Amino acid sequence: MNWSIRQPDEPDSEEMRTVYAEQLNAMANEDERIVVLDADLMKAHGTLAFKKAHPERAFDLGVAEANMVGVSAGLSTVGFIPFPATFSCFAARRAFDQFFISANYARQNVKLTGSDPGVSAAFNGGTHMSFEDVGLMRTIPGIVICEPSDPHSLRRLLPQIAYRQGSSYLRLHRKPTQVIYHQSEEFELGRGKVIADGEDLAIIAVGAIMVAEAIEAARRLLNEAVSAAVIDMHTIKPIDEALVIEYAGRTGAILTAENHQVRNGLGSAVAEVITDHHPVPMIRVGVQDEFGEVGTQEYLQQRYGLTADNLVVQAHRLLERKNAHATRKIHARSTV
Amino acid sequence: MNRDDLRKLRRKAAEIRRLTVEEIAHLGIGHVGGSMSIVEILVLLYYRHLKIDPARPKLETRDKFVMSKGHAGPALYAVLADRGFFPRALLQTLNQGGTNLPSHCDMNRTPGIDMTTGSLGQGLSAAVGIALGHRLKRLPGRVFALIGDGDTNEGQTWEAAMSAAMFGLGNLVAFTDYNKMQIDGPIEEIMKTDRLLDRWTSFGWHTQQVPGHDFVLLDEALQRALGEQHRPSMIIADTIKGKDLPGIEGDYNNHNMPLGEEQAEMLIALLKKKEEALT
Ligand SMILES: Cc1ncc(C[n+]2csc(CCOP(=O)(O)OP(=O)(O)O)c2C)c(N)n1
Ligand SMILES: [Mg+2]
Repeated sequence: MNWSIRQPDEPDSEEMRTVYAEQLNAMANEDERIVVLDADLMKAHGTLAFKKAHPERAFDLGVAEANMVGVSAGLSTVGFIPFPATFSCFAARRAFDQFFISANYARQNVKLTGSDPGVSAAFNGGTHMSFEDVGLMRTIPGIVICEPSDPHSLRRLLPQIAYRQGSSYLRLHRKPTQVIYHQSEEFELGRGKVIADGEDLAIIAVGAIMVAEAIEAARRLLNEAVSAAVIDMHTIKPIDEALVIEYAGRTGAILTAENHQVRNGLGSAVAEVITDHHPVPMIRVGVQDEFGEVGTQEYLQQRYGLTADNLVVQAHRLLERKNAHATRKIHARSTV
Repeated sequence: MNRDDLRKLRRKAAEIRRLTVEEIAHLGIGHVGGSMSIVEILVLLYYRHLKIDPARPKLETRDKFVMSKGHAGPALYAVLADRGFFPRALLQTLNQGGTNLPSHCDMNRTPGIDMTTGSLGQGLSAAVGIALGHRLKRLPGRVFALIGDGDTNEGQTWEAAMSAAMFGLGNLVAFTDYNKMQIDGPIEEIMKTDRLLDRWTSFGWHTQQVPGHDFVLLDEALQRALGEQHRPSMIIADTIKGKDLPGIEGDYNNHNMPLGEEQAEMLIALLKKKEEALT
């Protein structure tokens, strides 16, 4: 199996916020249009370093997310490329109308970042646990939604987000995150990354937590002689339809994995492609119809089934369905 | 307030600080700074003014309290446990999986919590709604709210301020925990809220500004606020983030910070001494 993973001499984890801030800084050195905004969470996003390097292009709006997004839209109208950031819960819920109208409907270029997605909010608990942000964002026409799974892919995707015309939502895991890819790996916004090929099913995952869990699940499945493809679908919108259709055709069984509600997140986006183009059995792993709660990330992953263990269990359920589906097909053919 | 009352309140404040430190230290990390700055306000309310019955947390006729800066839950939990709303042992479960004491206040999990908060700016609006509801139902309970100065950045806080004045909510008393700090740094450098008293006055509120760790002055201000019949009242309490924790008090980084065992033991011993000196 062809795992495209890091080299042993590379660091095995990095803080995503540090990578985020460094990359913004590097882009700002080259391009005077890059500006950074925050709502009293610069410390959390590592952008105090950006503020030091570019004090005239860093704006802390205080605890005022709606204003931050509105101000960003204004900056965009006069030619800047604003990167406003707050926790994902507030980015999506508290500033949604401002982001919808002033940024997206007005066809502006606001690069909104929402950090600490889903269970990674951990000790901040239910009020801070975004299981719905992708769902809200996904219904905005024309928007780009991206959730990189590791520091390296973040580094590669951020400039593409900056220079693709239009508003976007970056779902940023900000804490130390395991490095998945080597430094030579290239990424294209809107194109999923095949981490491992497989024949029996395809696990389409997104984000730092679930891509790592998917890789682990595929390894375990391989020990049971089940061959699972693993796809890092870092761009949730526009989704890579061709890749989804290709793997639906090749494997005949799709398992999605996301640190988000199964309603209206990655699983829904993939299901839309599948039902429109190539119906095959499918299971969506993610949070069910529930709110978040407090605890360690590990506890919460268990609590909501966001683990390799659960992916393996669901993979077996899916394969049963796939086989039943195939048997029904044969049966239907023979009775015609 | 006589001398004996004052001594008891001060002892209680030291005890609540100790319980809060123990609670956070058990987990090893938490919102230390903003829990310490509000202790006198909470103690004054919960041990002297609030008409509450810990055995009947849902009683409709009682006073209500909304903690808009929901991240300071740990200090309020210490108070509620000590007042008997739930066993003290629960304090050791702060933020652990399945707990009823999450870092941000949750009315569906914790007996004695009157409103779910944690998304800043939302608390004062809820308090306005509760106060309106009490008035409509002719309930005797008064409504108290506590907001942070960073919390005050949110536009919603000012929308709530307008509506409370518009509706003439004499049954609403709010405190601002004016510790002059938010996460990214001093309020003065991040989002200024200077002339805060004038701002609230111009929004139509009865306003006062007092030292927030002085029980006598806080109490006098509260008495005056409670005398207001037709206007909401704002008491701006000048406080110190991390108050009474040496090495932490006033530290820029004390908002959400790790609390090691050794450091916690030192602080707990200090606070115990303080309690004993006031016995
Ligand atoms: C809507 C919203 N935005 C951001 C946060 C994250 N946050 C938690 S506390 C805080 C700073 C609050 O400052 P302040 O109200 O002064 O609290 P205190 O100093 O009393 O701890 C921020 C930005 C939040 N909880 N809610
Ligand atoms: Mg403050």
